[in-house]
Amino acid sequence: MGIPSRGAPLARRLALKIAEFSGVEVPTGTLDVTLYRDDLRRGPTRPLETTSLPEGGIDDRLVVLVDDVLFSGRTIRAALDALRDHGRPRAVQLAVLVDRGHRELPIRADYVGKNVPTSRSEDVAVLLDEFDGRDGVVLK
Amino acid sequence: MKHLLSTEGLDRATATSILDTADNLKRALLGREVRKLPTLRGRTVITLFYENSTRTRVSFEIAGKWMSADVINVSAGGSSVSKGESLRDTALTLAAAGADCVIVRHPASGAAHRLAGWLAEAGTSVVNAGDGMHEHPTQALLDAATLRERLGSVEGRRIAIVGDVLHSRVVRSNVHLLAALGADVVLVAPPTLLPVGVANWPVTVSHELDAELPSLDAVMLLRVQAERMHGGFFPSAREYSIAYGLNENRLRLMPEHAVVLHPGPMLRGMEIASAVADSPRAAITDQVRNGVHLRMAVLYHLLAHEEETS
Repeated sequence: MGIPSRGAPLARRLALKIAEFSGVEVPTGTLDVTLYRDDLRRGPTRPLETTSLPEGGIDDRLVVLVDDVLFSGRTIRAALDALRDHGRPRAVQLAVLVDRGHRELPIRADYVGKNVPTSRSEDVAVLLDEFDGRDGVVLK
Repeated sequence: MKHLLSTEGLDRATATSILDTADNLKRALLGREVRKLPTLRGRTVITLFYENSTRTRVSFEIAGKWMSADVINVSAGGSSVSKGESLRDTALTLAAAGADCVIVRHPASGAAHRLAGWLAEAGTSVVNAGDGMHEHPTQALLDAATLRERLGSVEGRRIAIVGDVLHSRVVRSNVHLLAALGADVVLVAPPTLLPVGVANWPVTVSHELDAELPSLDAVMLLRVQAERMHGGFFPSAREYSIAYGLNENRLRLMPEHAVVLHPGPMLRGMEIASAVADSPRAAITDQVRNGVHLRMAVLYHLLAHEEETS
């Protein structure tokens, strides 16, 4: 299940690749975590994104959460809470494209595209064809 | 957004983002066993009602509870208001007791605006849930949400609002909101039930319901507000019903896709025939259902962001 905005197309791409390489069709979905965030009162109103569960729901299944950048871990904390309100998966794993460090919670990814050591003052932006017209990771 | 006091002055982008939030909330809660979001945990919402209400108060209460806010209901009858406490003192008491948001309904036009002024220092948000004959913004927003859901869009749609325009706060809120969203609004009412100054509203005015029906995408019926009428606005209830009531014959004059809205409470047989109210063309229960999600969206936009100075 992809976490919007950029986790959602990443999840779909991963599912396509899995189907291509192993022939296994993996159902995908999106999970908006905005309503579960602990930092809503630290910024302007955040628009909500769509949540759509994979066909058949998530009960007793292995759910892989997909996001673009793993940073403080707070988004994943929110995602775990959101997931709990939608059902009871057999297990939950995490896949991220970039792990930039600076965790604030005891959370780690099961699958990492690339570990990128960063300083807190830097900004990691993942560009995706679906949103930005090209793929790439930009460190500023 | 700090307060929601009127739809007058609400710009299209803000209105659309509230409607989008309501849509997303509706989808997020669809088919869920646990209809509870942690978003407003620890926030206190007080409804302060000086007038009777079923759907507005209940849907605000449900909206708050589904987002985990603590919701406390205060009605004028069972509070110190009946001992003679003023609106200002009651409001300051609620703010001092820790209210983050006060949802107020009051028979005096402008009450919510005054309240927002008095509570500015406390930082409490105010939602107008109906003030006299002035505005009822969440009703207009949920009407727009229902229209968007049924018709796909509001822009360019022709919508008639029929009935007691003079006494209706729902009309004033709807006229401003629908105009901001780009709809084409026609008010249909006997001349006695139109307010002075209606010529300056962004609407057209008609006295003939039958002539308007074939071109409509939606018709919104208003309750004839007997409690605010102290004079002969029309000869008799029966005559009003014959000239402006929506019956099955009139429903047939409207296009197939056109929907019927009513903010409730309905007077069946007066402004709306029972068969019309129960027909699939009527979106009246959808309005109530959308009302909960829309009010959740309003609370989200008022309470789930950093403090701003009003």
